[in-house]
Amino acid sequence: MIRVYTSSVIDASADTVWSRIRDFNAMPQWHPGIADSRIEDGDSSDRVGCIRHFHTRDGGMIRERLLALSDYDYSCVYEILESPMGVENYVATLKLTPITDGGRCFAEWSAEFDCAEARETELVETIGQGVFQGGFDALKRHFSRR
Amino acid sequence: MLQHVVRSTVIDAPIARVWAVLRDFNSHDRWHDVVAESRIEGGERGDQVGCVRSFTLKDGNRIREQLLTLSDTEYKSTYCIVEATVPLQRYVATLTLKPVTDGDRTFWHWESIFATPPGRERELREMVAEGVYEAGFANLRRHLSGGGDRRGSAAVAMPSALPLPTRRVVVHRYGGPEMLQPGEGVAAAPKAGEVRIRQRAIGVNYLDVYLRKGWIPSLMPLPGVPGMEAAGTIVDVGSEVSGLLPGDRVAYLGPAPGAYCSVRTVPAAWVVRLPTAIEDELAAATLLKGITADFLLRDLGRVGPGTRLLVHAAAGGVGLLVCGWAHRLGATVIGTVSSDEKARVAREYGCEHPIVTSEHRFADAVQSRFGGADVLVDGIGDAARDENFAALARRGHWISLGQASGALQPIGTDQLVEKSITFSRPAVFDYVATNAALAERAARVWAALADGTLKAAPIERHSLGAADEAHARLESRRTIGALVLVA
Repeated sequence: MIRVYTSSVIDASADTVWSRIRDFNAMPQWHPGIADSRIEDGDSSDRVGCIRHFHTRDGGMIRERLLALSDYDYSCVYEILESPMGVENYVATLKLTPITDGGRCFAEWSAEFDCAEARETELVETIGQGVFQGGFDALKRHFSRR
Repeated sequence: MLQHVVRSTVIDAPIARVWAVLRDFNSHDRWHDVVAESRIEGGERGDQVGCVRSFTLKDGNRIREQLLTLSDTEYKSTYCIVEATVPLQRYVATLTLKPVTDGDRTFWHWESIFATPPGRERELREMVAEGVYEAGFANLRRHLSGGGDRRGSAAVAMPSALPLPTRRVVVHRYGGPEMLQPGEGVAAAPKAGEVRIRQRAIGVNYLDVYLRKGWIPSLMPLPGVPGMEAAGTIVDVGSEVSGLLPGDRVAYLGPAPGAYCSVRTVPAAWVVRLPTAIEDELAAATLLKGITADFLLRDLGRVGPGTRLLVHAAAGGVGLLVCGWAHRLGATVIGTVSSDEKARVAREYGCEHPIVTSEHRFADAVQSRFGGADVLVDGIGDAARDENFAALARRGHWISLGQASGALQPIGTDQLVEKSITFSRPAVFDYVATNAALAERAARVWAALADGTLKAAPIERHSLGAADEAHARLESRRTIGALVLVA
């Protein structure tokens, strides 16, 4: 099992950041790597079990199922059902924690998955830096412009 | 009703450094202003789950607290009050650290649940939140920035004191580059005065080639691991080590080989902490070579305005640094190189007068154009022996740094007296014999890189497992700049 962990500090309250990322269908609005997204079968995007179907900017199609959503913990857990990345048993968690000192929040994004050994390094880099840190960087830019 | 207090902050230090202080249940009197005295009852250790600490606060109050949970994997400590002169009832607190990977900082979360006598909820909540937690954040920040955790040895040894697996490159038989065999080994837990380092970049030096060939068997008996320098991050430290902590980015340079590996345990005296601006690969490429340039020019060559300096292999890892630094010192820099491309690079770095020669022919040019060399930095050895004599000016100083072409035949004193020649055969390790000397020279090299006095040499990277390839390249005389192995 490979584990990727990325964390950052975003200069806005956990409530504010959560309102931007809580919607499981909203990735295109805040993550620069995502081109479009829809929820399958007309489900609502906060029904646990719903499936988002989206494309990355480089054209890859990914389907992910929402496994847990907590407005109390500011966290969501999801798994990959289908993707071109070559990962199996991929489960990721995105979570915010308020930082009481200064109205900022601590953001964590982690994933566990299996993959071919030869691809470990590349996938850890792509997921940890490209997807997770790339998302945090976009949030940091967005909330520094306020 | 139970009171719940949560406070959190971000500390601008790596998590290993913050945790090294906070995991010690008996450390608060060293960094938290409200605590006057702390001791662990019954002579137990500060990392023993179940131990009880007894605090005397500055205001005279006394608190006894018991450690309920300590996790080095989750960076978490949970404790409760067992007896106190302040009315905090059923008080249980948890302190958790998490790494901020975006910037190598630490998120610190501190929370507690407790009851109070009626009417005192607010007062006690504020005391805990502000007087203990927020003040603690500020106090620890000050403690770390003032280096308070670096003074004296760590009170409690870090727990990962087991041997760690390491990849390494071993020479079982002296010979060509193919004798460098990748393999597995262990890095022992650091003993007193030692630190264990997870290495990211290892500097390749010509000395490593001599070791591999068996020219200095006393320095590297078989089987042996070559390599004198590397850069990385401290995993753990032994007792009696001060000034170095887990998580510190460091580089080292030592007189015993063994650096061609991914994890190594070395004496703390060999180690210097790295400034933020100096990346691991740059440090590994520049520490030994930069310090060599430093003692060559400052201590040995006394190079200054007008010194006619002749540098062989002027486009090599040491050559480029020596040329660039000497140029800044006002010297007339003459260098030998084996190709036009190397001449171009050497000139770019400050070697104003490159001489292209593949046959080590340079004495005539040096004599006719400059009247001889005052200082000669020679890494060639025997193949240039006669040319070197001929190229030196009267009272010239021949500094023999290496012998890439083969062992230099003994030089007679009669030969030296012909032109009042001084001959030096220095080893870098004698110029960094103490940690203070090493730190001073390293600081000068980093400062010279930072202010542009010294321009970093180009770096050619090879993976640790391909050390044979790196040696073959170095010996081919086709490389420009410094070689590093990436672990």
